[in-house]
Amino acid sequence: MGLDVTQPTDAPPDTTVVSPVSPNWVTTKLDFIVNWARSNSLWPMPFGTACCAIEFMATAASRFDMARFGMERMSFSPRQADVLICAGRLPFKLAPVIRRIYDQMPQPKWVISMGACASTGGIFDTYAMVQGIDTVVPVDVYVPGCPPRPEGLLYGILMLQKKIRGETLADRTLREEHPLDERGLRMSPRLLDEISEPFGNSIHQTRSG
Amino acid sequence: MNPSVQALRHHFEEGGAIGRALESCGDTIVYVQASMLPRALEFLKVTPEQDYDYLVDVTAVEYRDAERPLELVYELFSLRRRAQLRVKVELDKSEDLVIDSIVPLWNAANWLEREVYDMFGVRFEGHPDLRRILMWETYSEGHPLRKDFPLRGRFSRSEQVRRALNMNPEAHYSMEELSIAQAYHELPADMRDRLARDERGKVPDPESS
Ligand code: SF4
Repeated sequence: MGLDVTQPTDAPPDTTVVSPVSPNWVTTKLDFIVNWARSNSLWPMPFGTACCAIEFMATAASRFDMARFGMERMSFSPRQADVLICAGRLPFKLAPVIRRIYDQMPQPKWVISMGACASTGGIFDTYAMVQGIDTVVPVDVYVPGCPPRPEGLLYGILMLQKKIRGETLADRTLREEHPLDERGLRMSPRLLDEISEPFGNSIHQTRSG
Repeated sequence: MNPSVQALRHHFEEGGAIGRALESCGDTIVYVQASMLPRALEFLKVTPEQDYDYLVDVTAVEYRDAERPLELVYELFSLRRRAQLRVKVELDKSEDLVIDSIVPLWNAANWLEREVYDMFGVRFEGHPDLRRILMWETYSEGHPLRKDFPLRGRFSRSEQVRRALNMNPEAHYSMEELSIAQAYHELPADMRDRLARDERGKVPDPESS
């Protein structure tokens, strides 16, 4: 964005700015306007893989009408999308696909994980299923339910809007890209093993290391 | 009992090629010796009185009882006579799981046999393109529907995610599919080389690269 609040390093320190990220009148007003615009014109990239996608379609259709919250245009190209909505379970075969779609989306971008399967693997605690899409892409809002009702998804969207309204342009880390590390993972293997622990009647798990 | 069983017995008198037959829920099941399977199915297909022109399904069953052999199931249907026949073959699990392909008889068997190969590890001799169909080609944890396969797979979750994220989805298409999509020239050079040498099934393991 146009506003550069970080100080040039060779200039004498500006004593009117306490810290580069401190809120002042200009940044807060600009944040307010930018966040108001961003949160009210979210274009979703629908990544509907299973039954949750049906509920997602209902959310987009006339009765529940996501367009009320500025999401009237489904962006089937990731390059014009703001929020990736993963509606449904994610098999391992689709993991590189959702990762590539996420990488193709321009900043600013957010991710909603819709349903038990996308958030945790749900009932599919098996050899073929990613145990939560947060092991593949970062997630902003988790919507529980199997499937979540359209009201649930709308509530998740409202939560995301609330989150966006709290963002500030001064915080550059918000818009940083986090590519996969040299192992090809986005977190340590031990953490990944731990957050995809078995539950229910499945107790077998091979651990790394 | 379906009269085709009698006809089979009559035609293949020698050597006990046709095993026991039974009726279950109104369906006739007949067991055939593995070495005789292509000839028996060909007889059922081309003989005018039999005329089983439609191969409904090829699948396999492994029972929990470790002593019981693995069963291959061929579901046949005659559209003209509206007759059904289920042909089963028993494969001894202590030996190699190999059987002749029936793709020369029914093209429909192509993907069905690939699925049985993928899920159970049965090799079909003479199949034109025997590679995994549901799991990706570099999948190396085994054959998921076998009883000795753990529900959550053999590798740790982090290893599974790592391998999934490292696979290249384009590496699994055939030359024909790629030239239809006109994507062939956008592939990395090494992948193009490999495809040109017809080494599609031999995608390098992400481990070694
Ligand atoms: S959470 Fe439930 S409705 Fe959603 S994809 Fe999973 S099984 Fe289907």
